[in-house]
Amino acid sequence: MQALTDVNRLIALRKWQDRAFIAVGAGCTALGVLALAALLIKLAVDGLPFISYRFLTSRPSELFPDSAGILTPIIGTLAVVVVTFFAAVPLGVATAVYLEEYARKNWLTDLIEINISNLAGVPSITFGLLGYWFFCTLLGLKPVVFVGGLTLAILVLPIIIVTTREALRTIPSSIREAAYAAGATKWQVIRYHLLPYSLGGILTGTIIALSRAIGETAPLIALGAGGFVPDPPPGPLSSRFPFINFAWLQKPFMALPTLMFNWTDNPNVMFRQKAAAIGLVLIVLTLSLNAVAIVIRYRIRKRIKW
Amino acid sequence: MSEASPKFVRLRPRSFGDAARRAWRERREAAVKWLFFAAAFSSILITLGIVCFLFSESIPFFRNVSLREFLTATEWSPRDEDHPRFGILTLAAATFTTTAIALAVAIPIGTVVALYLSEFAPHLVRESLKPALELLSAVPTVVYGYFAIQFVAPILRWFRPELPDYSMLSAGLVMGIMIIPYISSLSEDAMRSVPMLLREGSYALGANRVITALRVVVPSAFSGIGAAYILGISRAIGETMIVAVAAGNQSLFTFNPLNAAQTITAYIAQASKGDTAHGGIAYQSRFAAGLMLFLMTIAFNLIGYWLRRRYHKAN
Repeated sequence: MQALTDVNRLIALRKWQDRAFIAVGAGCTALGVLALAALLIKLAVDGLPFISYRFLTSRPSELFPDSAGILTPIIGTLAVVVVTFFAAVPLGVATAVYLEEYARKNWLTDLIEINISNLAGVPSITFGLLGYWFFCTLLGLKPVVFVGGLTLAILVLPIIIVTTREALRTIPSSIREAAYAAGATKWQVIRYHLLPYSLGGILTGTIIALSRAIGETAPLIALGAGGFVPDPPPGPLSSRFPFINFAWLQKPFMALPTLMFNWTDNPNVMFRQKAAAIGLVLIVLTLSLNAVAIVIRYRIRKRIKW
Repeated sequence: MSEASPKFVRLRPRSFGDAARRAWRERREAAVKWLFFAAAFSSILITLGIVCFLFSESIPFFRNVSLREFLTATEWSPRDEDHPRFGILTLAAATFTTTAIALAVAIPIGTVVALYLSEFAPHLVRESLKPALELLSAVPTVVYGYFAIQFVAPILRWFRPELPDYSMLSAGLVMGIMIIPYISSLSEDAMRSVPMLLREGSYALGANRVITALRVVVPSAFSGIGAAYILGISRAIGETMIVAVAAGNQSLFTFNPLNAAQTITAYIAQASKGDTAHGGIAYQSRFAAGLMLFLMTIAFNLIGYWLRRRYHKAN
């Protein structure tokens, strides 16, 4: 009888332990979500009153906080991200294809793998210093749009490589073998089968990479692009023959996060409040891009059953 | 009866065109392969570039400042015209303190969240909360910096009214929030890949879910969890904007979280923002600080890589 009550007590204790841990775990998870909510609410409260059409479409100012807008950094960020996209996506996808489809198991492949994993962990500010040294010291360039874009491209390269590799890895080898059996060459298999099938994964990685590029501040500051630039780079369209020009690539720029950084420690209260408005724009941009990526990933996982 | 043995019939005679086409095809295949290899190899060039510039730009610095002073002095005053002092320990102490605070937040919370999502949460809860938490790492860090000075610091001041506007405590806490998803997400992946058989064996012996989680799942997923922690440490050391905005940018040798101080990363950002004259010693000190930062993070990155690899091999 004594033994039975002991066992019952033990069972009760074990059940209680489970329930207690569930409470703690749910609490911690809720804490994380609450932190995100607090961040969003704080930014909305501080920044939303300043968001207006005029704020989004007028140029920033160092002197007049009332009329200062964020047209210049919006266009600057957009221009930089376009460069980042065209540099990082081909390079990242090609690297991923090489590592998954071509690379043999040897020391060179191992070296490349370790190297990419290390690049993913290098502090982002180091890439800014690298960009500064390479483009500004060695090549004598100013920190202009394409310099900023290429620097951020190095930063997001590992993200694209990793997601593309994951997408390629989920394609079963039967697909490759079937294509080879039909007489396709390796490049044809990659071009007509592997790349189209992994497009969803590549797209997810690209979106996450670009959202990261939009929010990065430290590398741009280390690059020397943290200063104040009043005018946005010119548009790419022109009225004369090729109708497109690349002058914008060589113009100095200001990005949304760097302007936010400058305004955050501005002595003027109004600038500090407008920093919150930029923060709101940034967070809405990055979170919605990430949400799109999550939805795409979810739909791929649901739809494709090999 | 003897039937004619089947013959392979050449429908179209092999012609010069086929050979040329094949040769062209082979050349194209080789070219494509080399192109892909070049892309993969360029990542090595990037790392070489980093190592190259960090050392080459630091050498002039170490001609002026002895390695001994750099590693042992506890004062960092690069802008002092008469007696500039370059003791990296000053900045490293702040990096250490903010990292320690961040990890004190992120490791317990991240691990508990991972255990909860992997072992206890219903499917729907996990599928919706995991991406929600991952959004925490998508927030631009400069926004976190704003959050630290405008939201977290005022709240902390309720408890300690003497806390300054800028402190390592508020920066470190917010950095911890940022790092939670890095730790929870990777650890959860590792825990989920622990085979169900191990859990069932543990239940069969009469263990409950908590004991199974702590005594069976955590040890089996140890390398993956370790890799997650290492990634968190590396992120915390390299994080720039939160500390640049919220930790106060004061070069002070201190481990007290209630003080304002400047981390290695925050110094690089500050020195890059001001127009330091090219070639001056303050300009070079940026690269010496960058070298220090790179050496610190690469050590953790390599340990993390090794742990991840062990965990992938085990599965």
